[in-house]
Amino acid sequence: MEYDIVIGMEIHAELATKSKIFCSCPTEFGADENTHACPVCLGMPGVLPVLNEKVVEYAAMAGLALNCKIANFSKMDRKNYFYPDLPKAYQTSQFDLPICTGGTVTIDTPDGKKDVGITRIHIEEDAGKLIHEGGGGTLVDVNRCGVPLIEIVTEPDLTNAEDARIFAEKIRDTLEYTGVSDCKMQEGSIRFDVNLSVKPKGSTELGTRTEMKNLNSFRALMRAVQYESKRQIIELKKGNRIIQETRKWDDAKGVSSSMRSKEEAHDYRYFPEPDLVPIVLSDERIEEIRSTLPELPEAKRLRYVNDFGLPEYDAEVLTAKKALSDFFEESVALIDEPKMISNWLMVEIPPLLKEHELTAEEIPFTPASLAELIGLIQDGTISGKIAKSVLADMFEAPEKAPKTIVDEKGLAQMNDSGELEAIIEKIVDENPKSVEDIAGGNKKAYGFLTGQVMKATKGKANPQEANKIIREKVQAKIDS
Amino acid sequence: MKISKEEVGYVADLARLSFDEAQTEKLQGDLSAVLDYVAALEKLDTTDVKPTEHVLELVNVLRPDVVGETLPIDKVLANAPEAENNAFRVPRVVE
Repeated sequence: MEYDIVIGMEIHAELATKSKIFCSCPTEFGADENTHACPVCLGMPGVLPVLNEKVVEYAAMAGLALNCKIANFSKMDRKNYFYPDLPKAYQTSQFDLPICTGGTVTIDTPDGKKDVGITRIHIEEDAGKLIHEGGGGTLVDVNRCGVPLIEIVTEPDLTNAEDARIFAEKIRDTLEYTGVSDCKMQEGSIRFDVNLSVKPKGSTELGTRTEMKNLNSFRALMRAVQYESKRQIIELKKGNRIIQETRKWDDAKGVSSSMRSKEEAHDYRYFPEPDLVPIVLSDERIEEIRSTLPELPEAKRLRYVNDFGLPEYDAEVLTAKKALSDFFEESVALIDEPKMISNWLMVEIPPLLKEHELTAEEIPFTPASLAELIGLIQDGTISGKIAKSVLADMFEAPEKAPKTIVDEKGLAQMNDSGELEAIIEKIVDENPKSVEDIAGGNKKAYGFLTGQVMKATKGKANPQEANKIIREKVQAKIDS
Repeated sequence: MKISKEEVGYVADLARLSFDEAQTEKLQGDLSAVLDYVAALEKLDTTDVKPTEHVLELVNVLRPDVVGETLPIDKVLANAPEAENNAFRVPRVVE
């Protein structure tokens, strides 16, 4: 029997606020244990949380970017459970009236465009970090307690591992673009939970699902989906039942396993949070937030094709990362050579970034420097080939202007035809064999002469100019 | 409405409390009385009554996204029964 795979996702993303959701502690990652703490996020009795206005704004922005309806009225609720990562013994979240509902995300898959429904997006607080080391208990660091999160819940619209990855990447890109979250996976600022079930092909009845939490890389996400769907199909083929449970994905071993430690049913006893009043957003306020949304990748891609005349492929690569498209646009504002800038950003810069272990966000020099470099090629000061070596130097000494590098290293092309003529004349004199070959019809010898000229000038000869002079000199020799 | 021993046990479990036989029996009566009291409300016709989200009329009490003071580490850990490496130490929880 063939099976269909049914996947829904829950995505947690930390919002890029400076301070926590209900108190003014910083949200910055990587601080010493328990240094970002105050009576509110420590869950002391008698404190009063106050909602961060930026959290509401960012959550609404995320919703608008994912085509959701933004609620005019929403509220916070308490989700009760005991776990040491949560000093209050409840998580402040949203239950029945989330801030965003009913969105759609369209993804480009190998089988064409597919729509994935967004059920809801709600606001909540992150929990602290537990450190299990040695045998002497568990250590608790509350720095992350109260860092604002949004949880994005999808419809069970995904059907395979590849689509799940494409979808997750699109959510990451969108949140990053809108500036709502920095989406640093290695710091856990975006995490993916997968709900997965399988059913006989074509059946309308859903199978029993399992949940895998906190998948923290796209690779882990894909492999977990592949493994778990295969496991469920094998169980069903053996005539076994799927048990509804949370499973732990072990990325090193490449297997999922049952988390039997929590057999008790989850009963969160949600109730409206009495310490926080409802959130009301008027249609005008929602439109105001919409107007602050930056241009999203799709719109930008179209604009790059239409306004800059870039090929679809270039537009897609450049808009996939906000940092890259920002760099492109700042450069193009300085020098009107979109295709050249695109080539440098797509072809020459990435290998150097890799070599220096930098990301696209970390190009060490400014767009103005790239524009200057391209300008130097344009006005004939240097050849494209020399420009590549200048670029390598710009990675080493990003504060130096390309013009300075060219001057210091004496890389400017030899455009003085007098000097070049003298060099070429000498080379032609020294290579009578080549001249004979050319006279005899073997044009390949031109290539040899050009090579000699480039060698003599250390690549600084303007190639067009050099070729012209070589032809003249050779012709003069043959004629004489 | 009389609630069962099992129900008392379940609610106690959620609240991380444990009761002996006599206490459980007493709670069966007490909790039943509370539920009966609240059940009186069910007699009202609430078809056109909007659910109460909050007892106050206030909405949108918000603060600007500005970083402020944090507590010094000795104050943070002042109430911790056990601490280690500037962290709270609790009985081991298994993931």
